[in-house]
Amino acid sequence: MTRTTAPFGRRAAPVTAREEHGAYVVIRCRDAEGPSPAPGQFYMLTASERWGGGQGERPFLPRAFSVLRAHAGELQFLIEVVGPGTNRLCELHSGDELLLVGPLGNGFAPPREGRAPLLVGGGVGIAPLAIWQDALGSEATTALLGFRDEAHAHGASLLTNPTVATDDGSVGHHGLVTALLEDELDDRADEVEVYACGPPPMLEAVRAMCTDHQVPAQLALESGMACGFGACFGCVVPTQDGYVRLCVDGPVLEASKLESALVAGAGH
Amino acid sequence: MTVSFCGIELEHPIINASGTFDALAAHRAFGDELLERFPFAAFVSKTVTVAPRQGNPPPRLWEVAGGLINSIGLPNKGLSGYLEHDLPFLADLPVPLIVNVMGFSRDEVAELVEAFGDRPEVSALELNVSCPNVETGLIMGADPAETARLVNRVRPLTGKPLIVKLTPNASNPPSVATAAQDAGADAVSLINTVRGMALDPRTGAPWLGGVTGGTSGPAVRAIALAQVHSVAQAVEIPIVGMGGVQSGRDALDLMRAGASLVAVGTESFRDPAAGLRVTSELSELLANTAV
Repeated sequence: MTRTTAPFGRRAAPVTAREEHGAYVVIRCRDAEGPSPAPGQFYMLTASERWGGGQGERPFLPRAFSVLRAHAGELQFLIEVVGPGTNRLCELHSGDELLLVGPLGNGFAPPREGRAPLLVGGGVGIAPLAIWQDALGSEATTALLGFRDEAHAHGASLLTNPTVATDDGSVGHHGLVTALLEDELDDRADEVEVYACGPPPMLEAVRAMCTDHQVPAQLALESGMACGFGACFGCVVPTQDGYVRLCVDGPVLEASKLESALVAGAGH
Repeated sequence: MTVSFCGIELEHPIINASGTFDALAAHRAFGDELLERFPFAAFVSKTVTVAPRQGNPPPRLWEVAGGLINSIGLPNKGLSGYLEHDLPFLADLPVPLIVNVMGFSRDEVAELVEAFGDRPEVSALELNVSCPNVETGLIMGADPAETARLVNRVRPLTGKPLIVKLTPNASNPPSVATAAQDAGADAVSLINTVRGMALDPRTGAPWLGGVTGGTSGPAVRAIALAQVHSVAQAVEIPIVGMGGVQSGRDALDLMRAGASLVAVGTESFRDPAAGLRVTSELSELLANTAV
């Protein structure tokens, strides 16, 4: 696993752009002094102003986001409104300011020798696969992406030449992205290494499928997280080595280490 | 802002609350810059128990207005794991080390205090008494007599300063503090988290894997201030005040209520360097204020 060390503390990052991609928002910010993240690493984000005072007087804690893209001192984050934290972040426009800590956690490791990367993403979980596809070489890296409907499928434009599935059949294959993965694994299980990020049921299906086909897989997981740097012990997931903290021992974990990718409390 | 606390010389009065900062993990995340700009004047390590603990099943966190509820369950490597893996690193931190310990019986606490009692790497011991004594079923720190029996038992085992971490989930914290003082404690620290609960909005069942948890953050700051104030009326020994500290102003409030040191806890989750900011704000306030 690869890791870039973060500067100590929280720093201001001016928001430079807000772009809508169907149901998603991409927030771009300037992080001129920050280091380049490794694909798969994440940041803890807070809006400088009005962090709190939303639904239930939340948010209070920062929110963890995998980096979507990083280039020349600019970071991009992919956000979908699911609660008071994401709601506030999606309100930000050019001229507003983020506070961030990162890059944090372990990113993806290169594929094992003789295996080509195969990316599998679901919903807002496509974010770390975009920066990873950039690093691996976009044209050559197959990406299978699943979304619930047409509005969410706009997110597919953030990757290069993806094959898309939607739950309602409005775009691409009608069904789950894991059906596309099954076809790929039936064809070339000996030739690929899977990189996946998405909702827990999707990740669990990917994990089970890769185990059955004896395909190595690296899963980028999500869990409720207060701090992002190993302080709170809140983000643990059960593995064969016991509970591990996703923030410092993940968020990318080898599928073979997991009993299940159905992380308790994730997606809240 | 140098301060002498139980004979330990500290550069300033801001330390961390036990269990809210893992210096080893933070060093992995931030590298040596953490050590160059260490945010606390002393480091209080996470609770050590005799046996290793995995901690509570997830989910472990729930965000509330102005804070969070946690049900972590004191995961740690156990005494021998701590001595082997954690202590060598923590001993090299640029600040004094305070080790927090908890046992499920007085014998267990005694074993832990004895194990650290003569270690030169350790400047002081903090007793986490917010747990049930398996022999009596009583929360040790919720009852003055139980607290006194514990401190009496472990006091002879070390010459190092003993800090008793008080729980706010007691009917009368000042009487517990007095019992600790009379049994030989050198200081008390408060408050620990306030018992709280959250329900899963979809199912109505308890959200946290441990069913209930501890509430922290600015949501409990007023409770902390009142408890520090009332304990300060009752004891002569120094107090480490904590609970929802986010700013130098919050730290100053606790000092005015009677605290000698102030610990930052939950705010470090929001900003890992919060201790540095609180310290500089406090310094500025003290320079401009007659305390």
